Amino acid sequence: MGNRKYTSEALSPWMKEDAPDRDVVLSSRVRIARNLRHLPFPMMASAAQSVEAMERLLQVGESGRLSGLGEVSSVRLSELSELEKQVLVEKHLISPALANHAQHGALMLGPGEDISLMVNEEDHLRIQCLHAGFQLKETWDTASKIDDIFEEAVDYAFDEKYGFLTSCPTNVGTGIRASVMMHLPALVMTGQINRILSAVTQVGLAVRGVYGEGSEATGNLFQVSNQITLGQSESEIIDHLHAVARQIIEHEKAARAKLMSESRLKVEDRVKRSFGILSYAAVIDAKEASQRLSDLRLGAHLGLLPEVDEGTLNELLVSIQPGFLQQAYGEALSPEQRDMTRAQMISSRLATHA
Amino acid sequence: MTAIHSCLRGGIKVVCQECGQRPATLHFTKYINGEKLELHICEACAREKGELIPGTSAGFSIHNLLSGLMDFDPSGLAGAKAKAQAQALRCEGCGMTYGQFSKLGRFGCARCYKQFADRLDPLIKRVHGNTVHVGKVPKRAGGLVRLRREIDGLKREMQSKIEGEDFESAATLRDRIRELEREVQNG
Repeated sequence: MGNRKYTSEALSPWMKEDAPDRDVVLSSRVRIARNLRHLPFPMMASAAQSVEAMERLLQVGESGRLSGLGEVSSVRLSELSELEKQVLVEKHLISPALANHAQHGALMLGPGEDISLMVNEEDHLRIQCLHAGFQLKETWDTASKIDDIFEEAVDYAFDEKYGFLTSCPTNVGTGIRASVMMHLPALVMTGQINRILSAVTQVGLAVRGVYGEGSEATGNLFQVSNQITLGQSESEIIDHLHAVARQIIEHEKAARAKLMSESRLKVEDRVKRSFGILSYAAVIDAKEASQRLSDLRLGAHLGLLPEVDEGTLNELLVSIQPGFLQQAYGEALSPEQRDMTRAQMISSRLATHA
Repeated sequence: MTAIHSCLRGGIKVVCQECGQRPATLHFTKYINGEKLELHICEACAREKGELIPGTSAGFSIHNLLSGLMDFDPSGLAGAKAKAQAQALRCEGCGMTYGQFSKLGRFGCARCYKQFADRLDPLIKRVHGNTVHVGKVPKRAGGLVRLRREIDGLKREMQSKIEGEDFESAATLRDRIRELEREVQNG
């Protein structure tokens, strides 16, 4: 794949697009799980069977069927260093499971990094599409088209009753997991977040941190996704998530408006203090950095911080992660060095854009 | 929402509210419809109760939860022998046993779904509240299923057109249904 832009640049091209509701929703994501009919799922596959699944799926990419998506690069995970894999995880282009556990794993990546096709993860094929902002339906449409292309070329494991068969029973049926990544600082500040998130889980949706299952919510970022994959059609699943996410967005916007009308000075002080700390700190850990960056993001959207633009914040979100820091500085860093490097990276980025 | 507190309550160890034996290592406050409910339990009881505790339940994943569900014996009648027999049931496709499946919480291949079919519906129903797929059907592998579903959908649509007295659209739909039915008959 020649120059590996996808591991050297923090900001994926798709993140740069203009998009609806960007002040609250960072991204919309849909992933579809599919398996080949005649081969055991990756967990039970022999090495030869894993290679066969990989070759068959990569061939679809190489056959030109995906040419409508632009130039798709494919790479076998074995060609990547541990650090490169970690960077891909931090950019949400592959899952931790693919990076750490896959046997003969591979990746096909669209030129905008908005499409990533994982091979031999928990299932043979995981189609993942990402769009900036709140664009669930568009994201599903893209993913579904790619699904159709693969279906023309390979035999999927499908059952009349259970639908698309997946390794984990929690994905069977449609095999889709749709999610929206939301920035909800005002709901957190006003103490409404717990009430809202518990309501969300009562209507069949799940809430997670930024890096998926088991990850903690840092920087006021929450990922809301569907849990049920069987017994509802894809459009029902998408519509339901869309409707619930829409309500959360409106609550967040209302909470921001309230903060501005009732405690503007306090919010402004908080935002600017965080800007000061991020601009001048000599050492900062990832957790504090995400929290302060959340303040900056809120400030930028409330018009309190004209010196910071959203693109810089989105880029920093990825570039302060351990793998990316390490890569940017070209050597292994101890945790202390990492916190120092992180502080330098942030202050220099904020200074160039001020 | 569950809030997690520190493990020591005023320096005094608390006994698990559930079993009354092991020390309570998990303390949480639940708010149910605005009502505050405090809970002090040990990890074993927490698992049993299915309390999902974000961040604290080391290694406790969706697969552990699933495997807990799979050991579930709906009739409660199966003896140890029947249970052992069920555990030994082996998928002809990939060689996975039902015992392995219930431990790992994952299927080994597409055929496992058929081989373990007798025991599957209760599990799938617990996870999804449903046992029948209604979404997308693959064009090729789906074959006849796809046509039959399309016909069902068109029939429903035709009925609603008739009820709305839009007979012209209903007639178009009827013709399309006939066409598809011929396709089904010809295989």
